[in-house]
Amino acid sequence: MARRVVVRGARTFLAHAPGLVRYGSKPARDLARHEDLWPALAARLRPFAAAAAYPPHRVFLGALHPDDLARIPRPWFGVERAPAGAPDDARGPHGYLVPEEALYGLMKADDEFDLLWLTESFAAQARARLSLHPLAEPADVERVGQGKPERAIAARLGEPGALPLFLRDGRLVGCMQRAHEEDPSLAADVLLENLATKTTAGMALRTLVADGLAEPATVEYVLNAGEEAVGDRYQRGGGNLGKAVAERAGCLDASGADVKAFCCGPVAALVVAGALVAAGVFDRVAVVAGASLAKLGMKYHGHLATGHPVIEDVLAGIAALVTRDDGRSPVLRLDAVGRHPVAAAGSQQAILEALAVKPLEGLGLRLGDVDKFATELHNPEATEPAGSGDVPRLNYRMLAALAAGRKEIARDEIEAWVAARGMPGFAPTQGHIASAVPFLAHAVDGLVARRLRRVMLLAKGSLFLGRMTQMSDGLSLLLEANEG
Amino acid sequence: MVLLGTPNPESSRLVALTLTEGDPTWAGPLAGVRLELPVFHITEESIKAQVPPEVYEAQVGLAEAVLDTRAIRETLEDVRARAGAGAKEETA
Repeated sequence: MARRVVVRGARTFLAHAPGLVRYGSKPARDLARHEDLWPALAARLRPFAAAAAYPPHRVFLGALHPDDLARIPRPWFGVERAPAGAPDDARGPHGYLVPEEALYGLMKADDEFDLLWLTESFAAQARARLSLHPLAEPADVERVGQGKPERAIAARLGEPGALPLFLRDGRLVGCMQRAHEEDPSLAADVLLENLATKTTAGMALRTLVADGLAEPATVEYVLNAGEEAVGDRYQRGGGNLGKAVAERAGCLDASGADVKAFCCGPVAALVVAGALVAAGVFDRVAVVAGASLAKLGMKYHGHLATGHPVIEDVLAGIAALVTRDDGRSPVLRLDAVGRHPVAAAGSQQAILEALAVKPLEGLGLRLGDVDKFATELHNPEATEPAGSGDVPRLNYRMLAALAAGRKEIARDEIEAWVAARGMPGFAPTQGHIASAVPFLAHAVDGLVARRLRRVMLLAKGSLFLGRMTQMSDGLSLLLEANEG
Repeated sequence: MVLLGTPNPESSRLVALTLTEGDPTWAGPLAGVRLELPVFHITEESIKAQVPPEVYEAQVGLAEAVLDTRAIRETLEDVRARAGAGAKEETA
């Protein structure tokens, strides 16, 4: 008989990256056409204190519960000061937010091929900044190195293929270089993106370790679930960032692999991790997902047009540990994994029925037996100014309408159902990061404390974006309080 | 003709204006391009009536139940009226 599997814990990580917003896909494309756009964009980049005080970020890091956010009036970006006593390196119960100086330092420490060069003066600043951080080991500070003379960096930037790196205030702090002259898969922008993913995923895993939720020496496998494409021209997207993250997190006995499924990736990886543990292949599998640098500033145009700051100015990472039953942690119900099969219709209704109703029916449960649903949790303050609406709210209203259609609730109870079993979106619009898993650490807290009995993670993926199929996808999993 | 499945009045207006007067945000390649295409939303009665009820219910029913269909309809009527007025001005 398959073993019971639990989610021991989950942690998050945020890096404030206003200086990298220019390398988000949308800003980079627009700036290539209209360089004069930069001053207007730069003027709306938030200082670190504002990013640290921003309520959705505080929810992502566990300092606020999503239900608290529902009570904070919009605009949330109007909250520019953290509560008194909040430290500079904003730490929530679930993770850290680091400033861009520390991010560049961490990325340099993660740079195995000396492709990211920092100026001597900034390297000193990054080392100083990093040495203050509780998660940074002396070895990390050492790996930042002494930096390069500014003239050497200027020389590299004078040649093709190197990208200048800036802080929010426009100060040049270094450059990212390509690793090959003729390989578009190893171009500077691609490597910068992959390095940012590695660092953010790695820091989330290191937070899990630092908080005593994972013992690095005992982790056997690390599944990476991000949407980055690590590889070279012969194997674009070859992958296994999982093992690269395991290395930097000190999981010396682990190997790894990547699980790719667009935004469903993290939920798919949790299912695979659960199956590996249930089958006895491994006892402890970590699931990690790092940032999507390409999505920085993705909807900046709407933000500028409506008086918002550039909301998409953070890179995010997530990590969780899946283990054998410990009698305490929430149970991952592998007998109730919801999937959207090829033959199912692609309408939202069909997807929700496949993901939410069907797996619950298999257990003799109804939608109302789930205390919280975590769907796509995009922060509406990021999406609404660009005309994309409030994605989670629409998802929750459709789930509630499904419950009403099944006579679980009356039509006039839809709003109350949404308020009770849904939550406001709070996640950075970082693709797979925003998909259900930002609630995972909150879910573990609530299920362990028995404030919650059941939580469903429900992810959807836009497979058609890759042009290999017209289909969407979806996957769901159910977490239950451990009855021992 | 273009059929929308947009989730709210704001996004409906943005897309509809892009397809009639040109991108109002001046962000994309359709900035300043007057396509003047007729734009409707899938939940508008004149469209809904042309879809077999069982297909409509299976594909759109749940979304229709939770969208502000009245506000979306009014938004698109407004955009179509503007586009119609613009077209008349140009031909006058």
